[in-house]
Amino acid sequence: MKRPLKKPRKVLVLGSGALKIGEAGEFDYSGSQAMKALKEEGVRTVLVNPNIATIQTSPLLADEIYFLPVDDYFVEKIIAKEKPDGVLLSFGGQTALNCGVVLEKRGIFKKYGVRVLGTPVRAIMLTEDREQFAAHLKALHIPVPPSGAATSVAQARKIAAHIGYPVMVRAAYVLGGQKSGVAENDAELGRIADAALSVSPQILVEKYLKHYKEIEYEVVRDRADNCVTVCNMENMDPLGIHTGESIVVAPSQTLTNEEYHALRKVSLTIVRSLGIIGECNVQYALHPNPRTKTLEYYVIEVNARLSRSSALASKATGYPLAYVAAKLGLGKLLADVPNQVTKTTGSFFEPALDYVAVKIPRWDLEKFRGAEERIGSAMKSVGEVMGIGRTFEEALQKAVRMLSGDVQGVTENGFAGKREVKHFLMVPTPKRLYAIAAALRNGMSVREIRAHTGIDPWFLYRIRHIVRSEQALARDPALSREKIVALKQLGFSDKRIGVVTGKSEEEIRKFRTSLGVFPSVFQIDTRAGEAPAQTNYLYLTYNGSHHDVKPLGGKSVMVLGSGPYHIGSSVEFDWSCVHTARALKKYGKKSVIVNCNPETVSTDYDMSDRLYFEDVCLETVLDIHDFERSGGVVISVGGQRPNNLAEKLDRYKIPVLGTRPKDIDRAEDRNKFSALCDSLGIPQPAWGSTDTLAEAEKFAESVGYPVLVRPSYVLSGSAMSVCVNARELEAYVRKAAFVNREHPVTISKFMVGAKEIELDAVAERGSVKVYAVSDHIENAGVHSGDATIVHPPQKVYMATEHQMLHIMRTLAKALMVTGPLNIQFLVKENRAYVIEMNLRASRTFPFISKVTGVNFAEKICASFYHKCTPVEIPYLNYVAVKSPQFSFSRLEGADPVLRVEMSSTGEVACFGADLGEALRASVIASTMSAHGEKKAVLLSLGGALNKERFLESAQKLAGAEFVIYATEATCAFLRGHGIGAELVHKEYQRKKPDVVGLIRDKEVGFVVNVSDETREPEQDIRKRVSDGYLIRRASADNHTPLFTDLQLARAFVDALTAYPLEKLQIKSWREYMGKTPVG
Amino acid sequence: MHGKLVAYDGTEYEGVSFGAPTSVAGEVVFTTGMTGYPESLTDPSYAGQILVLTYPLVGNYGVPEKTKWESGRIHASALIVSSYNPTPSHYASTQSLSSWLKAEGVPGLEIKDTRALAQKIRTQGTMLGKVIVGKNGIALRDPNKENLVAKVSTKKIISKGKGERTCVLIDCGAKRNIERELLARGFRVTTVPWDCDIFKEKIPCDYLVVSNGPGDPKMCRETVAVIEKAMRKKIPILGICLGNQLLALAAGGDTYKLKFGHRGQNHPVKMEGTEKCFLTTQNHGFAITKAPRGFREWFKNANDGTNEGIIHRTRPWMSVQFHPESAPGPLDTEWVFDYFLARAGKKKPR
Repeated sequence: MKRPLKKPRKVLVLGSGALKIGEAGEFDYSGSQAMKALKEEGVRTVLVNPNIATIQTSPLLADEIYFLPVDDYFVEKIIAKEKPDGVLLSFGGQTALNCGVVLEKRGIFKKYGVRVLGTPVRAIMLTEDREQFAAHLKALHIPVPPSGAATSVAQARKIAAHIGYPVMVRAAYVLGGQKSGVAENDAELGRIADAALSVSPQILVEKYLKHYKEIEYEVVRDRADNCVTVCNMENMDPLGIHTGESIVVAPSQTLTNEEYHALRKVSLTIVRSLGIIGECNVQYALHPNPRTKTLEYYVIEVNARLSRSSALASKATGYPLAYVAAKLGLGKLLADVPNQVTKTTGSFFEPALDYVAVKIPRWDLEKFRGAEERIGSAMKSVGEVMGIGRTFEEALQKAVRMLSGDVQGVTENGFAGKREVKHFLMVPTPKRLYAIAAALRNGMSVREIRAHTGIDPWFLYRIRHIVRSEQALARDPALSREKIVALKQLGFSDKRIGVVTGKSEEEIRKFRTSLGVFPSVFQIDTRAGEAPAQTNYLYLTYNGSHHDVKPLGGKSVMVLGSGPYHIGSSVEFDWSCVHTARALKKYGKKSVIVNCNPETVSTDYDMSDRLYFEDVCLETVLDIHDFERSGGVVISVGGQRPNNLAEKLDRYKIPVLGTRPKDIDRAEDRNKFSALCDSLGIPQPAWGSTDTLAEAEKFAESVGYPVLVRPSYVLSGSAMSVCVNARELEAYVRKAAFVNREHPVTISKFMVGAKEIELDAVAERGSVKVYAVSDHIENAGVHSGDATIVHPPQKVYMATEHQMLHIMRTLAKALMVTGPLNIQFLVKENRAYVIEMNLRASRTFPFISKVTGVNFAEKICASFYHKCTPVEIPYLNYVAVKSPQFSFSRLEGADPVLRVEMSSTGEVACFGADLGEALRASVIASTMSAHGEKKAVLLSLGGALNKERFLESAQKLAGAEFVIYATEATCAFLRGHGIGAELVHKEYQRKKPDVVGLIRDKEVGFVVNVSDETREPEQDIRKRVSDGYLIRRASADNHTPLFTDLQLARAFVDALTAYPLEKLQIKSWREYMGKTPVG
Repeated sequence: MHGKLVAYDGTEYEGVSFGAPTSVAGEVVFTTGMTGYPESLTDPSYAGQILVLTYPLVGNYGVPEKTKWESGRIHASALIVSSYNPTPSHYASTQSLSSWLKAEGVPGLEIKDTRALAQKIRTQGTMLGKVIVGKNGIALRDPNKENLVAKVSTKKIISKGKGERTCVLIDCGAKRNIERELLARGFRVTTVPWDCDIFKEKIPCDYLVVSNGPGDPKMCRETVAVIEKAMRKKIPILGICLGNQLLALAAGGDTYKLKFGHRGQNHPVKMEGTEKCFLTTQNHGFAITKAPRGFREWFKNANDGTNEGIIHRTRPWMSVQFHPESAPGPLDTEWVFDYFLARAGKKKPR
């Protein structure tokens, strides 16, 4: 028997960096859990993670935090400095794992005496090499799909010929199934293999297992070889749709006991064979109807680390996988780690569920111009939700509503006709679930839908049950108690019942509550009620007739979370939510978090006094409030979604903490807000309000194009657009009418070349208590979520700042603000104009809090109780830069250009002695490259002005001995100014060297491609594939850092030339702050 | 059709019937396993019991053919679920759960709040109750006061397999998978009734396996007597579930009734004196107090510390409270059969 190893003294934890498609909030959750586990054992932790918006980078957990790239260069320096004796690699996704593998290969861990805790690196490496791993499984007599590894297209074709088409092509060593796909023939194989080889030196060609079921097991194992599967899950979508893109159900629904346990046993065998200590995930393809009538399956993937699935499994079962895995890494035994839910038993058990959890991914494909809508074996989704219920129907319909808040259930779908329905059945897209419901309503049989989709009839029958129940209601809309209970048990919302019966949501609610029909509050207790549980992890169901808990009453405060992560709403709101909830304790309050996103830390049941894993919508919030009788609701820390509930909750006389809902409306409604600014004499760009095209055109002509058009109550510039001419304006107005009928659009003059400034503050009863100003490197026109943000501001004149502060105080007073406020300004010719105000915690709150050392979320909470003491933030002697993270490489076809509508998926921030140092590190962290070792650059600058403005930067690059490649006009311009540039041909010129080839061959370290903004702002790329697009796309596809904004490109060149890599300081957050941080 | 569950204290739970339209009385128990309803229903240990499944969606994969069952028929008195699924989907399904229950004359009820039932049982202990579908007029009845084993045990002696050595399986309500496990290890398996004196009948017996079964072990005096004889003859003995309790009684130990028993597929047991834990299937309402003389505690329940198995210090006599044959449940303790044979000194079959 293996003896327990000595407990480490100090452990290095690698985070996953910015949120990106395929690697998102789940790693904030897993890293946080790991550090909590280490802290309990008295082990010191050093965290490397530049993702400043995360909760794990709060001082709650880690002892020392480095906002530096998770990259072997930086991590080695941190190891040399911090001298940890242990390291955790499996809590920061593929990023941390890849970094760990490089460090191990370079012998860094050995050199500094750092022990890798948990699963050994060689096991990780084995699972990462598909060919070696397949051989490993074969030796264990565990079937893997027939396959072969290739390093060229020709080789891939040979393998395919051997296996037979169709085949699946995957890239090795990449996350989220990037660049993989199904090929039906040689031509398709060529295209897919080529793409996959651009991201990975090795690709795998394997048998395509059409319409097999996809099943996953989450396994934990301790050093004494004790092993359990914590959860199994079944994908509703058959194999071929990446598990991150699939609707996933826990536990499996269509497996017999024999199948369940046979696959479970294989999982244990695999995990044991690898010597995993901690967590591991095993994915299977299972034949739905084997000819042999015996189990027929293949292992398709093994992840020897915490994953998206393990985060989901943790939330679905209440078993904290990451926490337990970290304890196992320290040498604890499963039986000795207390069950965090029951508190009376250990962690060696498998949770028994008495409910079903349904995960649905959230996509935002419409936010990316040109992005392919089809989903498949590569991840494109940006977030997810999980619905919990005691029928599949209840859980599914909840999850559907959680996605956007707009769609009420699977039956709400606006397909044009049968042909469109069929198209969306045949082609997997985010709309398929709705197409199934529509097809069933049209009378298509389950059998036919199964043939088109490969989805197991079990799921289709359940969806049919929903459809038929709604049809029956439509036929006979008279409601009775029995009928409404039955509908609620199938997850219908009051609103949907209202739509079908011709009543309002309010009427249905009144009718329902008058009959005493309320949801039951049930605990997620890991034991299906077998043992009493102390847990505060709750959900609502109509398939029950009692409550597991007693209401907390007036001393409780509900804190509404952000719902699913999506473009514009991400981990930053979770940070605000968690910190506000935690701060409530200071004021003698009990926190009740409501959120439905399994990737978050806010949905960890130990972050609040009570957690409702529920939708952040009116009906649910009212139901929870009716039960809990909470003293108030916080709607201002979870982003736009809860903020939008302000007025509605007010109508039900639910106390909303902070600024009064009618004042929130005066800030959120763009027309009311603009009118308010006018009345207060606050400068703003010329504006108008319209719901007709004629009015819009008239306005635009009076102020001159370009104009900015925006609907109200939106986040991340949803449906916001800059129109340069009447044609674009017309197209926009037609579309906007569709987005939001309740609020007219606001149209304003778009100021070209203006600076954009962010002001974040917390006020109490109209008086500002703390504020921070930060500026954007990019000019206005780039969405603030996509902008590079700097604190302290670098280019704001004192006089301008005074104007802004005056405006802030005037507005705070006028709206009697209590709680957060964020104002965005345009500054042109040193004059500040207000463009937008939000009375909720902004995206920049965690950044500002961590940079200044003042926790704004705690201030928000204090303001609610009139305990917010004023704080003056001094001008800092260091600089922090927040850079956006884009995921364009994951979104085939999307144009990687920055616009007024947000497209980044995450962010990082780094510190430095000055702007240059901070920006240099921040760009490395967000692009995970650009170390600068490749001293070559491609420049393609549109328009005379851009060329002129970049000249100085080009000279700096030349001076720093960079090889400059440039497209035709740019090259001529540079040569004309005495800069030796190499000519590169544009794609259409069909001459070598060409831009795409140059990028593909990794000849350049980064690309600057700035379009002529007066000429090419918002074109439809489907009409004309521009050269700019090809350059940008090639950069994204080949992971070459791309700068499309002139200001940012210039700042980056300054940073790059001033700060060679070795000049970047390895300084922890605490060292910058000069004290233990509190952000 | 409506129906209801009436608990011993008069509490009524309204439900909708999906099984046979008959009323029955029995002991209300719950199990937390998420799969395996065909196996559980046909497990003779559930005889006399009204089985509540805490997993809310039941019927999903229909009912497989009879050879996959754990005995020839449904033994549970009635089934209670939260939501019955009338549209099963599985290639191995031959009929729906509803039609099976109807064919076997077993009532099935959909009672939405099965969680409330589990909580009631866990707080008050296993309780008597009756399922009323159609006409009432039946009385409560305590199956533990009856000799359930006598009811479910085989009436005939049956031998299977062609092994050189014979393993006698005393059927106190044996799940078929015990026999399958033994046959797979190359034995001739002779299954005998619970009260069959194999020595008097001169049935060859190289090994003795005492099966699982329903009810109070103290009702099985005849079986205990056979085990005592086997011990005197130094025959290797393996007890499973009820067999564990019977071996303890034969060795001079004692048994008692648990408050609400262990029923599920996620019960952790710890092997004494080691760091090893195993996940097991359990289905029992009684337990043994402590290891009898000459024995030591082999396994312990990691949740409540109750005994989960005993092993003799020198002789090949051992028993487990859990189900190494699983079905339903995890396959983690199949090794118990191998270990028993190793300790017993099994000769390789020709």
